[in-house]
Amino acid sequence: MPKRSRREPRNEQGIELGEKLKAKLEAAKSMLPPKLYEELYEKISKGTDLTMEQKIEAVERTVRRYVESMVQPGEPVGVTAAQSIGEPGTQMTLRTFHYAGLMEFDVTLGLPRLIEIVDAKHEPSTPLMRIYLEDKYANDLEKAKEIARSIEYTTIGNVINSVDYTLGDRTLVVRLDPEMMEDRGVTVDMVVEALERLKLGDVEKGEENTVLLHVSESVLPDESLTDLRAYEDIKNKIIKGYVKGIKGIRRAVIQERTDDKTGKREYVIVAEGSNLSEVMKIDGVDITRIDTNNIYEIAETLGIEAARNAIIREIMDVLQNSGLDVDIRHVMLVADLMTWTGKVRQIGRLGVVGEKPSVLARAAFEVTVNQLYEAAVKGEEERFAGVTESIIAGLPPRVGTGIVLLSLGVNALKSPSQLSQAEGAQQ
Amino acid sequence: MPSTVKQPDRRILDHFLVPKHRILSLEEAVEVLNKLGIKPWQLPRISVNDPVIRLLGGKPGDIVEIVRNSPTAGEYVTYRVVVSY
Repeated sequence: MPKRSRREPRNEQGIELGEKLKAKLEAAKSMLPPKLYEELYEKISKGTDLTMEQKIEAVERTVRRYVESMVQPGEPVGVTAAQSIGEPGTQMTLRTFHYAGLMEFDVTLGLPRLIEIVDAKHEPSTPLMRIYLEDKYANDLEKAKEIARSIEYTTIGNVINSVDYTLGDRTLVVRLDPEMMEDRGVTVDMVVEALERLKLGDVEKGEENTVLLHVSESVLPDESLTDLRAYEDIKNKIIKGYVKGIKGIRRAVIQERTDDKTGKREYVIVAEGSNLSEVMKIDGVDITRIDTNNIYEIAETLGIEAARNAIIREIMDVLQNSGLDVDIRHVMLVADLMTWTGKVRQIGRLGVVGEKPSVLARAAFEVTVNQLYEAAVKGEEERFAGVTESIIAGLPPRVGTGIVLLSLGVNALKSPSQLSQAEGAQQ
Repeated sequence: MPSTVKQPDRRILDHFLVPKHRILSLEEAVEVLNKLGIKPWQLPRISVNDPVIRLLGGKPGDIVEIVRNSPTAGEYVTYRVVVSY
C-alpha cells in the first residue's frame, strides 16, 4: 500500500507506473461496459490528488467490484425481477390519476397502466401522441395549428347543430355550427364535399349556415317517405360522415415546450388518440421524434426493438410517477421476455406463461383444469426441466446451486488417514 | 415478398426509439455464434416482417446485430436471428 508520506515517484519510475496504469486501463476497457469505463477514465485522469499507485489500485478495485456484482450463473433473475416490481406494486394506487398541469387530458397511471403494459393490450385506455414538428416549423404556430387541425378526426356531426327533416319531404336541412367549424377549421365547402361523398343525393348550399340535402329516390323510396326510421337512418349516416382527419385522433392540442438541456422552445402537438403510421405520413411532422404510448403500434411501425424500448420507458414512467424506485434492470428483463420472440407478448396465460413447454407450469398459473385436460388430449409430455414443475413434483429445481450437476465422491468425505487406510486394506 | 407491398418509411431508422440494426455477413455471423458458443435458434428473434428488417432487406436465417443504447451500460451489442413468421 502506498503511504501518504512517500514522495512522488522519480521520473523513471513515474513513466514505468504510467505504462502500468495504461495497461490496467486497457484491460479494464475490455471488461467494463463503455459507460462505466468512461466514468472511471475521466475520474482517474482528473484525480490529481491520487498517486500513480493509488490510481492503479482504483482501476483494479473497480474491475473487481464490477465482476463481483455480475449475475452468477443459475441466479433466478426472473423471480428477483418479479419480486422487485411486485412488492412496490402493492403500494400503487388503484385509482386512475390525471396529469397535473396538463388538464386537458386524462392519462391512465398507476397500477391500471402497469397492467395494461404487461398485458400487451392492443390499445391503451388513454392513447396519447406527442407530435413534434420539423426544425423549420418548430416555432411556427400557424403550421402547428394547421397540422393539429388536419389530424383531428372530424365528422359532420362535430360541426353541425342539427339535421332537420319533415316526413314526406325528401329535402333535409343540415344546420351548421359556425363556432365549431371555426374551431375545427372546417369550411362550408368541406361539409358539402363530405355530404356528397356519402352519395345520399344532391347537395346544395342553403341560406344562413345551412346545407340542403335532396335525398335521391334510390336511398329513400316513395314507400319510406312516411317511415320515421328511414329518416333517422339517413340522419345517423350524415352525423357519422367523414370530413377530415386521421382515424383514432380525437383531439389535438398545441403546447409550447422548452427543452431542458438546450433551452430551445418549440411547439408540440399533443393528440388524444393514436395512429402512428398515418400521422407519420403528414408533411412537416418530425418522424424521428414522434411518440405514442401505444406499444402495439410502435411494434408495427417502428419494429420490435423500438417496442422493447417503449415498454421499458412506459413501465419506468409509471413506476417513477408513483414514486417507486425500481431498478431499470428488472424492467429491462421484463421487456426482453415480452419481445424476444419478435412479437410483443403479454405476461400471462395468452402470452409468456401460456407458451411454456411444461404442462404443470401452465396449470399452476391459471385455468388449471383446462390446461391439464388439453394436455391430456394432446398427449403432452412433462420433462420437469423448469422451476415450477420441479417444485410441484418435489424435485430439486434447476436454479441457483441446483443448476450445477456435480456430486461428491464417497472418498472425498473421508479424512486422508482413512483414505490411506482404505488404500492399504485394498492392497 | 410481393413488390406491391409498400416499404416502410426509411426515416424510421432515425427514430429515437429504434436502435441501430445491421445485418451480419455469413462470416461475421459464424464468428459471433462461435464467440457466444450457441446455435442460431438460441438467439432472440426478429420477424422478416419487422419494419426495420424489411428496410434492411433481411431474409430468414440472417443474424442482425443491434447496438442498443442502454441506460446502465451505455452501449450494448446484442443479436437477433431473422425468422419467417
